[in-house]
Amino acid sequence: MKVLTANRLTDGEAVWFSAAGSWAETIDGADVVADKDGEARLEAIGKAAFDNNEVVDVNVIDVDVVAGVIKPQRLREVIRAAGPTNRLDLGKQARPAAGAA
Amino acid sequence: MYRYDEFDHDFVKARVAEFSDQVERRLAGEITEDQFRPLRLMNGVYLQLHAYMLRIAVPYGTLNSKQLRMLGHIARKYDKGYGHFTTRQNIQFNWPALSDIPAILADLASVEMHAIQTSGNCIRNVTADHFAGAAADEVADPRPYAEILRQWSSVHPEFSYLPRKFKIAVTGAERDRAAIQTHDIGLHLKKNDKGELGFAVYVGGGQGRTPMVGKKIRDFLPEEHLLSYTTAILRVYNLYGRRDNKYKARIKILVHETGVDEITRQVEAEWQALKDGELKLPEADVAAIQAYFAPPSLAARPEGDEAIKVARLDSKSFGEWLDQNVFTHRNPDYAAVTISLKGIGEAPGDATDSQMEAVADIAERYAFDEIRVSHEQNLILPHVARADLRAVYDALVAIDLATANSNLITDIIACPGLDYCALANARSISVAQDISRRFASLERQRDIGELKLKISGCINACGHHHVGHIGILGVEKKGAELYQVTLGGSADEHTSVGEIIGRGFGPEEITDAIETIVETYLRIRNDASEKFLDAYRRVGPAPFKEALYASEAKAA
Ligand code: HEM
Ligand code: SF4
Repeated sequence: MKVLTANRLTDGEAVWFSAAGSWAETIDGADVVADKDGEARLEAIGKAAFDNNEVVDVNVIDVDVVAGVIKPQRLREVIRAAGPTNRLDLGKQARPAAGAA
Repeated sequence: MYRYDEFDHDFVKARVAEFSDQVERRLAGEITEDQFRPLRLMNGVYLQLHAYMLRIAVPYGTLNSKQLRMLGHIARKYDKGYGHFTTRQNIQFNWPALSDIPAILADLASVEMHAIQTSGNCIRNVTADHFAGAAADEVADPRPYAEILRQWSSVHPEFSYLPRKFKIAVTGAERDRAAIQTHDIGLHLKKNDKGELGFAVYVGGGQGRTPMVGKKIRDFLPEEHLLSYTTAILRVYNLYGRRDNKYKARIKILVHETGVDEITRQVEAEWQALKDGELKLPEADVAAIQAYFAPPSLAARPEGDEAIKVARLDSKSFGEWLDQNVFTHRNPDYAAVTISLKGIGEAPGDATDSQMEAVADIAERYAFDEIRVSHEQNLILPHVARADLRAVYDALVAIDLATANSNLITDIIACPGLDYCALANARSISVAQDISRRFASLERQRDIGELKLKISGCINACGHHHVGHIGILGVEKKGAELYQVTLGGSADEHTSVGEIIGRGFGPEEITDAIETIVETYLRIRNDASEKFLDAYRRVGPAPFKEALYASEAKAA
């Protein structure tokens, strides 16, 4: 399974394309696709957002969905989705919502 | 220290205005990322995993308190309350918004700082011995020459689009504390028989995926020829350096493929045409720059010895700090102090906003307003009266910066690794923290003695792992982190590249493996005076391999 991720142009914040159709600051609600068509759709959305100067460094990444929770496969993406592992007070992991989820 | 003249001020101001305009146009969507990327890199702006990163130059590692206070201010106002001091004597902020960068650069310009040429295929920040101007073993302060190089190389039209990045380091002492042989050009300032100043010139050192030790191509270059000779080297490189493959584009590959004799011949030939021209440094110009680096006038403070004797009796931990973090100054009443940014379990090189401000205060009060950034990711107070060491120590204790581990196993160099860096394969900081905790006991660390442990999160080697006595390189294997260990590297005047010891270790094994290596050293050393590196050079890898892998070999 895959999701679409990027960094927001203005502040570099890591963002994921959400099922609600916008760029969200956490991976939780990301639009997860399971087939080639879905992947192509995400890629097109990413390209359009890049061309439209909303985001940079656009990537479609591999994830697993475990008990409804989206988990990136590569450690790099796990760290992007959470924050530095040595600073739990920084990044997405520091947000109250992330703790509650 | 050096102060900007009118030209410098105008130049930096113009650059801030230019880049601010470029940022504005990017944010407005008037220029594309592909157009903007090279522009932002020229101004030190990278994109990492979580956010943008801004790399700010600290020329030859020298700061005054006003500048350090400004870095603290930037950390607080625009970032997340800390900065990361790097092996290139720069500081990196990990979280700035692109839209704030014009304001940050304007703040920096107000204290004579900038981020120009901290990235890109140009001549980067020139680094120097962090004890420059203070060390007892120094022939002369190398920083005036670093400043001359900085002025000459800033937006140098001929050398702004080299085949690849270009790094120069200078030292003024026989004992190399600036790792000059790991640089594209390494300069060792020395005196000849007649007492004249000049340089031994090394070229073609480097780390990255193909580590090479610099080759000495000239034993003595008179100081007046610094720029003509450097220009000759860069011309040869610019002409023949490979542009077809970025992994082969550094000068180290050119030197290696061409051969030292031939490169030397080419450089000397080019130099013959240049040496008596306009690049020859007039004595008056050198003297004018040197004047900026005149040492502070150090009043006699002979009461230091007595004060220290008393303070030692009063506090064991002060004594330990004194033994470990205080370095001999050329003036016997003074000392140079290493402020360790390697607290046990902390991220190497990180300092908080309030720590930066507090160090600035200490420097202002006790250290003639001078601070240095070392390539080992620590801060240095180069001139402190020995009589004031206790007061400085107490002030450092108050801000958690009095760890007495300079040059010991927990004084680890580590790059940002996978916790921040977009190129990383594995984490570095977490490994450093784990090892630091394992060896937390100062008694144990002091028993082990001098040991330089260096960690990089990928083969780019920003954490100098190739030249660590123990080096750790993070790689990715089947989607997991794996750490490869090298032994026997060194970045001093006897630079060597470490040798890979065997198969790598997982994140939960690596600290045990390091402990096994250290225990093996303790077992085989002749006596406590034989350092890790000397013991390794004497016995080679065999006993370490045996200790790490023998049980495996038997089981197999
Ligand atoms: C965004 C973060 C960074 C990026 C993208 C980056 C990129 C690179 C690359 C690509 C190389 C290899 C160059 C080559 O082999 O030609 C390199 C080398 C190096 N970098 Fe970094 N780096 C980063 C952070 C750092 C940091 C934090 C430090 C200091 C701690 C640093 C210091 C160095 C040093 C000392 C080298 C090896 C010396 C050499 O150039 O051969 N870099 N870096
Ligand atoms: S060595 Fe690799 S992981 Fe570490 S900072 Fe350099 S590029 Fe990033």
